[in-house]
Amino acid sequence: MTTLKKKAKKNQHITRLLVIMVVWMAFMAITKFDRFYTVANFKTMASQFPEYGIMALGGMLCMITGGIDLSCVGIANFNAVVSAMLMTAMAGASGHLSAATFPVFLLLAVVIGGLIGAFNGFLISVIRVPPILATLGVNELMSGICIVLTGGSAYSSFPKDLTNLIVYDIGGILPVRLLIFVAVAVIIWFMMEKTTYGTKLRLLGTSEKVAMYSGMNTRRMLVRTYMTSGICSALGGLLMLGTYASARADYGSQYTLQTILIIVLGGVSPVGGKGKMSGVILAIIVLKMLESGINRFQNISSYYISLIWGGVLILAMVMDYMTGDKRSRE
Amino acid sequence: MMQKKLKNVLSRTEFYVALIILAVALVIQVRSGQFFTSNNIVDIASAMIVPGIFAVGIFMVLVSGGMDVSFPALASLSAYATTKLMLMMGYDGTVLLPLLVAAVIGAVLGAFNGFFIGYLNLNPMIITLGASSVFKGFMQGALNSKQLAVIPAGMKAFGVSSIYEAYNPVSNLTSKLPTAFLVLVAVIALAWFVMNKTYFGRGIYAIGGNPAAAKAAGFNVKLTKFLTYTMVGVIASIAGVIRVCMMQQCHPTNMLGMEMNIIAGVVLGGIAITGGAGTMTGCVLGTLLIVLMENSMILLGIPTTWKSVFTGALIVIGTGVSALQVRRANKAADKAKAKKFQKEGARA
Repeated sequence: MTTLKKKAKKNQHITRLLVIMVVWMAFMAITKFDRFYTVANFKTMASQFPEYGIMALGGMLCMITGGIDLSCVGIANFNAVVSAMLMTAMAGASGHLSAATFPVFLLLAVVIGGLIGAFNGFLISVIRVPPILATLGVNELMSGICIVLTGGSAYSSFPKDLTNLIVYDIGGILPVRLLIFVAVAVIIWFMMEKTTYGTKLRLLGTSEKVAMYSGMNTRRMLVRTYMTSGICSALGGLLMLGTYASARADYGSQYTLQTILIIVLGGVSPVGGKGKMSGVILAIIVLKMLESGINRFQNISSYYISLIWGGVLILAMVMDYMTGDKRSRE
Repeated sequence: MMQKKLKNVLSRTEFYVALIILAVALVIQVRSGQFFTSNNIVDIASAMIVPGIFAVGIFMVLVSGGMDVSFPALASLSAYATTKLMLMMGYDGTVLLPLLVAAVIGAVLGAFNGFFIGYLNLNPMIITLGASSVFKGFMQGALNSKQLAVIPAGMKAFGVSSIYEAYNPVSNLTSKLPTAFLVLVAVIALAWFVMNKTYFGRGIYAIGGNPAAAKAAGFNVKLTKFLTYTMVGVIASIAGVIRVCMMQQCHPTNMLGMEMNIIAGVVLGGIAITGGAGTMTGCVLGTLLIVLMENSMILLGIPTTWKSVFTGALIVIGTGVSALQVRRANKAADKAKAKKFQKEGARA
């Protein structure tokens, strides 16, 4: 019992999320049991969270360094538009693409995300632009290029074979999108926990000066981190292309707030140095459950969701402040 | 002395922004022959009003070392609530009461940000991002906002009233300079006075430069931050009401998304993104540059779809140049320090 208590105290963010999840699941069980606890609903949830879940995982790495990545949505949409255009170029607007070409688009996402992420990293580590402004600027730039490429409207006349593949549920129950999310999560978990990258990342976030004096190449570290985040965003964009079956400059604009909410709620400190992947993944799932649950109540206007997200974000920050280590203040 | 002054001017960002504005103006003039016409100048001045007022608020926040991305949502909420309230009251007096009501609502909403950022010392970017979502959700959910095609008579009259009319015989167009331009001038003058001539304003510069030093020097850091965000709320709400008056209708969501351009303009004007430095002149010039670019795309023959590309590129380049300058200044300071140490070492 005491070990459990100790564990709960040590991982207060995770405990908090688990409590929210259990309370919410109980609440849904009492109020809307037959509409919430269905296989279809859980399958829908599992296929909807990966697109911003992947972005949140990348953004988490940036926030652990003490930075922030606000360019996720811009990179995602840019990758979606370019992928859709490449699909048209490869097969014509009404042609067919075999599933074997899918790796090409994964590779494209890695290249596009990596390049834009490297540009973010360059601005932040070499030119020393504050991450907020650098990534906001890049986000605006990417959305702008999307508008120019698509003429501001949705681009949807491209072969749909691969988007059908992305939204496919294996055996009618296991979404491909979830598999992609799990694959990305495993890779990032491996980087964070099984290589020195994770330790270096936390050191960099705690104090860039100390990291530099201990012989770390902080510039390369930052560029690498923003590249990883860029790749995650681009993969998120590929999944969005599947969900919407079209590409547009302003899809998913609510994801910027949502990813930051997830990261902060998951226990990553906005000043850097602290954060665990398990917390972020739990936060992704809890938020999806909240959203899906709220949607079950038809008389609640969907506009309230933005109010709730913003409120939860501020509340999470305040709770961190309240429960934070007293010694670390002032 | 003269040389020193000249060198001083040449090292200032404002000077280069002014040069770029002049260059852009000349390019537009050459390509369209329509830039230095009285009605185009009046058009640009009138397009400056709302972004200019917003920029003054953001300028103060950035100088204090903070950040605010919630001001368009804040302005939308208070302008909508004010207009709706006036309509419900059947008010048809002058624009003064709506401005006052909006300012009060804005102060409350700004204080909401200020409390979390000033007193709890939470990350301003994340708090205002959350607040932006809360304000928007409150407006669309709780107030159930819809487009208001009719606005109170006093606000409508204020929106169409003008202080100057310019006629261009070549294009046969007339442009009016709205009375609201005077509000912009008043806000700029007042904010300039506060920032440069009052204890509070110097406090904003001090806490942006170094909060610990400001505290040691006797400034109340928490209160100063709190009041700064409250003032931004007031300024943004005034801009919101002015926009409703000028557009002759209240569209709840069309101000959202303006934050990027405004912040870009202020940063371009040389306001240090890390806080503590920047002038009102820079703020106005930077905003003018952005407004000029946006308004002149048609005159230049650039399709409006390129707008975001330009803004994005301007932010990246502008913040990059400003960051490089900060780095150079730091390096120079380090060098000076090293020199001093060497001298002292030699003497010892």
